Amino acid sequence: MTFPMPNLIPALPEIFVLVMVSLILIIDLFLSAKNRFITYALTQITLLGAAWITVSTHGAVPEYTFSNMFVDDAMSDVLKLMSYIAVSVVLVYSRTYISQRGMFRGEFFALALFALLGMMVMISANHFLVLYMGLELLSLSLYAMVALQRDSSVATEAAMKYFVLGALASGLLLYGMSMLYGATGSLNINQVATVIQHSTGNHVVLTFGLVFIVAGLAFKLGVVPFHMWIPDVYQGAPTAVTLFIGSAPKIAAFAFVMRLLVEGLQGLVQDWQGMLVIMAVLSMAIGNIVAIAQTNIKRMLAYSTISHMGFLLLGFLSGSLNGYSSSMFYVLVYVLMSVGGFGMVLLMSRQGFEAENLDDFKGLNQRKPWYAFMMLLFMFSMAGIPPTVGFYAKLSVLQAALQAGFLWLVVAAVLFSVIGAFYYLRIIKLMYFDAPLDDTPIRPEGDMAILMSTNGLAVLALGIMPQPLMALCAYAIQRSLL
Amino acid sequence: MSEGSTLLSWVIWLPILAGLLVLATGSDRNAQFARLIALIGAGANFLMSIPLFTGFNRLTSDMQFVEKASWIETFNVSYHLGVDGISVLFIILTTFTTLLVVIAGWKVIEKKVAQYMAAFLIMSGLMIGVFSALDAVLFYVFWEAMLIPMFIAIGVWGGPNRVYAAVKFFLYTLLGSLLMLVAFIYLYHKSGGSFSILDYHSIQLDLDVQVLLFIAFFTAFAVKVPMFPVHTWLPDAHVEAPTGGSVVLAAIMLKLGAYGFLRFSLPILPDASHALSGFMITLSLIAVVYIGLVALAQSDMKKLIAYSSISHMGFVTLGFFLFSDLGMEGALVQMISHGFISAAMFLCVGVMYDRMHSREISDYGGVVNTMPKFAAFFMLFAMANSGLPGTSGFVGEFMVILAALKVNFWYGFLAATTLIFGAAYTLWMYKRVVFGPVANTHVEHLTDITKREILVLGLLAVAVLGMGLYPLPFTEVMHASVNNLLAHVAQSKL
Repeated sequence: MTFPMPNLIPALPEIFVLVMVSLILIIDLFLSAKNRFITYALTQITLLGAAWITVSTHGAVPEYTFSNMFVDDAMSDVLKLMSYIAVSVVLVYSRTYISQRGMFRGEFFALALFALLGMMVMISANHFLVLYMGLELLSLSLYAMVALQRDSSVATEAAMKYFVLGALASGLLLYGMSMLYGATGSLNINQVATVIQHSTGNHVVLTFGLVFIVAGLAFKLGVVPFHMWIPDVYQGAPTAVTLFIGSAPKIAAFAFVMRLLVEGLQGLVQDWQGMLVIMAVLSMAIGNIVAIAQTNIKRMLAYSTISHMGFLLLGFLSGSLNGYSSSMFYVLVYVLMSVGGFGMVLLMSRQGFEAENLDDFKGLNQRKPWYAFMMLLFMFSMAGIPPTVGFYAKLSVLQAALQAGFLWLVVAAVLFSVIGAFYYLRIIKLMYFDAPLDDTPIRPEGDMAILMSTNGLAVLALGIMPQPLMALCAYAIQRSLL
Repeated sequence: MSEGSTLLSWVIWLPILAGLLVLATGSDRNAQFARLIALIGAGANFLMSIPLFTGFNRLTSDMQFVEKASWIETFNVSYHLGVDGISVLFIILTTFTTLLVVIAGWKVIEKKVAQYMAAFLIMSGLMIGVFSALDAVLFYVFWEAMLIPMFIAIGVWGGPNRVYAAVKFFLYTLLGSLLMLVAFIYLYHKSGGSFSILDYHSIQLDLDVQVLLFIAFFTAFAVKVPMFPVHTWLPDAHVEAPTGGSVVLAAIMLKLGAYGFLRFSLPILPDASHALSGFMITLSLIAVVYIGLVALAQSDMKKLIAYSSISHMGFVTLGFFLFSDLGMEGALVQMISHGFISAAMFLCVGVMYDRMHSREISDYGGVVNTMPKFAAFFMLFAMANSGLPGTSGFVGEFMVILAALKVNFWYGFLAATTLIFGAAYTLWMYKRVVFGPVANTHVEHLTDITKREILVLGLLAVAVLGMGLYPLPFTEVMHASVNNLLAHVAQSKL
């Protein structure tokens, strides 16, 4: 019996990250607290190396390996690159915060890299089980990260909640997958798609499985009615971890939906479209309305996330290439804004003080006009006001939904975003119109200051020149789905 | 002469760049420097915009000074600029007003000077962008971006209730704009993937679609104009805004809404415009008569002028929906004239507010005794506001009333009541504030206007009188474009 050696090239970035994270775990054992920065540096080097490998192994046509269980296509390369950037930025933003709170330990970085590995596997999965494996790797790392601050009862509670609900969602997902397996006889995404396309599977079983799959997906995305965990986890987790959860995992969740619904279950588009419509409307409604009542900025941004995920669904449910690339554009833009928004919360926090309340932003324009301006850009971008990039994200998903004929849905989305504009404006009001409550100077570290400025200006620059990113998304989607 | 010119881009981006430069001067220690840069920027921008007017070919209705470059290929959006005889006038009005605002805020604004000046310069560039955009997305970007500096201007330098006013202003306008965006997206798909406004002028649309689109555009533009019954944000915003903010709001931002009707509603949706003209005329007449009466009851000067603005803008929308060249040109003249007069009125109130910190009419009385020069200027503008012949206020109103009379006697009759109400509320306010014995010690200690204020009010006085006595240069520029627009409106798209 011969065992054919699989082609490892498509999976090279994953292998590299795995090797590096194992190395980091070992090296970290021998480092004293004083030299811990080496772990941090190694983590950043890992991200850089992974990016280099991803770019250099990029090919125009999809490459399959491990018996077609794993795929390396244009979409996966773009999404992975964006995930590296997001994780790298998150780590820079978090560094000061975590070292002030005793979390600057090897575990934090190892868990972050494991989570990244999980995302990469999800992004490249072409098989239900691989997808599930990646998801679990990501989720388990995140549960641990939330609970990393052991003495904090709030964080522990949040981790517990996240874990219990997350496990439930994973269960739903697995159940749905097993139904699909029963109906189609395969777990391979391409084969499932073919079977459904030729409508040889039992439609009732398929739809039944689909419902569970959509429920599982909805939980991971955090859309209504599976959104309960988002506000609690976002608020309870240490802000650095909230920042992490709110960034790269959203990219992975996007890939998750693409692989499962679009590539695997395209034949059932009529069925899942309706479900997504309901979830999109509810998310936009509840996310935007409930956010108004929040006084904690992390919780407010959590509800804002829910509404953004509702917008994201608008692209998917239009069921066209145009729609998918719009959604991809939306998720990348969302990550850019969300990293900036939570990053500002980290920037305002200091030793022994968490800038968690909206009031902590009062008078920021008088304390630090530049950062107030950055936050203004993030907030207007989230509200979708030009000339920030958030506007184009909304424009592209709205046009996709309108092209698919969902006029009433588009009008509803627009109305909810007016409601949403209110709470973003409130932050700007606090920063610009009110007097500061305390005058403690805000002195971010040099790298964070530069990166935050870049982040804010990127929101503006992409708002003036959105074409490159849009073209990149269109390219990635077209190359992967045709 | 206009091909290959980048003048329009310069006129848009120069104030924005100047604004960023002003912002870079930082804190109030460099305030004088910030003021100087702002003045140079605004002055240069005004001078730069003059060739748009002098070099404008008055014989054609084509777009001039056209610039076109690909911008967002994915959605076929282009950076497409151009002006016709209608928009060119508003560009000049914008650069002129911005210059006045910078001079008027010279001494008055003492905190965050750089941010104040920058907000108005950037706003100026964005508003010119709205007037010259020929691509729907570009138009929308300028249209919405403009809200940001205005929101900040009202919220930071405004009166006691400024936060409420700023948020109300923003959300009101945002709601309307977003529905307009949906209409743009619809037209984009309908036209087979084009965001060019000129392409929209020639696509066929069913009547029910036209009516829906008309409603979407109506919410955007009626809020901005503002038309009755969505006018309630304006008095709040005006009262709380700093003087510069009120001037820009009244002189230019309100015109943007009216301009939107001309650029989108009328030529793209001619059948819906005709079908709904009765509705539009009714709303306009309500604004003219009812809001005129509301103005009569105000005790706050700024509020009174705000209501008077709404009433005067009623004339503009009335003129548009009469579909005659006299009405249309009258409405346009009224827009320009109102730009000058409302700016002047708000500046006059600003002059008094800076000295007394009160806008209440009852706090004043006998101002003429202490500020005779000011009283003379204020008199001129009050007369212009009530539509006295010889001032610019008369020309537009008279043309619209004549046009209305031709269509229906009662339209003309109701519109003409403004000559009475307008005179009543303006002159009554003037009488109570300026004439009579000195009311209190505060008024007694008033000092007359400075040279800087004379310069600002003097420039406006020249404009008001010039346009009133010799309106030909203005109507001549717009003539070809108005006829072209009327031809579009007359052509059914069914």
